[in-house]
Amino acid sequence: MKPLIVALLTLPIAATAAAQDTGPLEVDVVGGIQAPMAVAVPAMPSAGGGDLAVGRQIAEVIASDLRTTGLFTPIGPGGIAGYSYAQASNPVYATWRSAGAAALVSGYVENNGGRLTLACYLFDVTAGRELARQGFAVNANDWRRAAHKCADLAYSRLSGEQPFLDTKVVYVAETGPKNARVKRIAIMDSDGSNHRYLTAGKATVLTPRFSPRGDKLVYMSYQGRRPRVYVMDVVTGQERLLVPGTAFTFAPRFSPDGRQIVFSMASGGNTDIYVVNSDGGTPRRLTSAPGADTSPSFSPDGNQIAFESDRSGSQQLYVMNYDGSNQRRISFGGGQYASPMWSPRGDLVAFTKIGGGAFRIGVMGPGGGGERLLTNAWQDEGPSWAPNGQFVMFHRTTQGSGNATLYAVSINGGAPRRMPTPVGGSDPSWSPLNN
Amino acid sequence: MNKTVLIGISALALAVSACGRKEPPAEVPPPVDQSANPPGTATDDSVDLVELPAMQADLVAKAGSDTVYFGTDESSLDAQAQATLAAQARWLLANQSVRGSIEGHADERGTREYNLALGERRANAAKEFLIAQGVPAGRLTTISWGKERPVAVGSNEEAWAQNRRAVTVVVK
Repeated sequence: MKPLIVALLTLPIAATAAAQDTGPLEVDVVGGIQAPMAVAVPAMPSAGGGDLAVGRQIAEVIASDLRTTGLFTPIGPGGIAGYSYAQASNPVYATWRSAGAAALVSGYVENNGGRLTLACYLFDVTAGRELARQGFAVNANDWRRAAHKCADLAYSRLSGEQPFLDTKVVYVAETGPKNARVKRIAIMDSDGSNHRYLTAGKATVLTPRFSPRGDKLVYMSYQGRRPRVYVMDVVTGQERLLVPGTAFTFAPRFSPDGRQIVFSMASGGNTDIYVVNSDGGTPRRLTSAPGADTSPSFSPDGNQIAFESDRSGSQQLYVMNYDGSNQRRISFGGGQYASPMWSPRGDLVAFTKIGGGAFRIGVMGPGGGGERLLTNAWQDEGPSWAPNGQFVMFHRTTQGSGNATLYAVSINGGAPRRMPTPVGGSDPSWSPLNN
Repeated sequence: MNKTVLIGISALALAVSACGRKEPPAEVPPPVDQSANPPGTATDDSVDLVELPAMQADLVAKAGSDTVYFGTDESSLDAQAQATLAAQARWLLANQSVRGSIEGHADERGTREYNLALGERRANAAKEFLIAQGVPAGRLTTISWGKERPVAVGSNEEAWAQNRRAVTVVVK
């Protein structure tokens, strides 16, 4: 139960000046799919020439992280030479040019007294200059987090996007046959490591979602054969019923400030959207139209809520003000639309589109324009945004078996990437950036 | 220069204050129905629904079925569903000691949360019919399983038709 601390260290040479330098080495993540940039990630030396194993493991995590972004082709750490401690901040550019790299992630590891410090450097190999540097100090057991931070530094500097690799995923782990499926809430790092279960599987659980600080989950559970929304503390596992009583509550999400939870409550054949303080209180009703109003999701400024409703006769996307006023439909593309989630950048709403016997993941502007579909399979649903608004995670269900698997896809296109879960998975929620 | 870097790291360490996340407990938390909710709150066992298998079998034997079926994305009751529910109502009126939990289900072709709403709509349609037949509303509850509990596992119309249903579960 030691606190997990990542200390951000400023390396002495003016890192800020380097980071603000808008040099030529940028991957284009706006203009569609580009050829991935080759980035050398050699094994890192240790300060003082000590244990080399962790320096190689850190480089492996960085290389893996960079590969998952789809923007980079990592070179190494396998198959390429390392470098000396002295070269960590002063690379021999010719070596990496001849290896075919456009960029280099280097650094060194210092391990003392259970603390590990990773000095992380990013170089433009072609131009022969430093682009960024940052030090990360962690408990030695948390070396993977230092690696993720270093990969985020490289990703962010080279793509111009916010970091997203040092994150977690909570999801519903699925085992057993289709007609007797066991569902447990599980949490893992976004690269699949440090996987553990948060519920035991006795009660079916659905739709876990992170609080904006990542310290709590809100989800639905059938414990006591009563489907209702609960809030769980991720650290202690303590859980609390959100709305006292036996009302059927579901589809919960936190507000961007974490102080409220918006959810659906169904009664008498009608489902409406409510909001309640996340620490309790009396729910306030936001919708009253006949039909199923569900899957609410706040805009990042907290002023608006996207949701779905079948009030028009079929499932469509709507947006309303935070107090329920000004409800207006935004989806008009034909077919049906479900499960909207507002991007943390505010510029897009991800959704599930139903049509032609299939579910696909797509995005559109919060005003309804610019619809783009990102996936094409039998049944993809339940999008959840990466904190930088550049990737969407969802689950894909296989026809027949009903087996579900987590995938992530870039909003800029490309093939979805399968998430490394030990068992089947559904209802993913991507955490905010770890602090 | 590298010596300088090394010294700099130590000298300029800035602990990030807002990062008090702790290591999770090593063990899986206890099952949710043994959770920390104190007695008397709404998750107390007093509100849990406990199935009665022998009585369930008696309902099926006497009423013919505990299940009614629906059309795609529909919650209306056809003549066969109404006849089944009328027989269930007679059984419930003859067995005053038990309650009915009407459990609505949807097929796999809807999204998860919409199907939860749809299942509730179906359960409510069956419940309202039972009430109209004279079963006191206080003896009936509804829940929705959405698409979580299919009885037929195929991905075809025959399976979907079996899964679009409302089941009267006898509980105490």
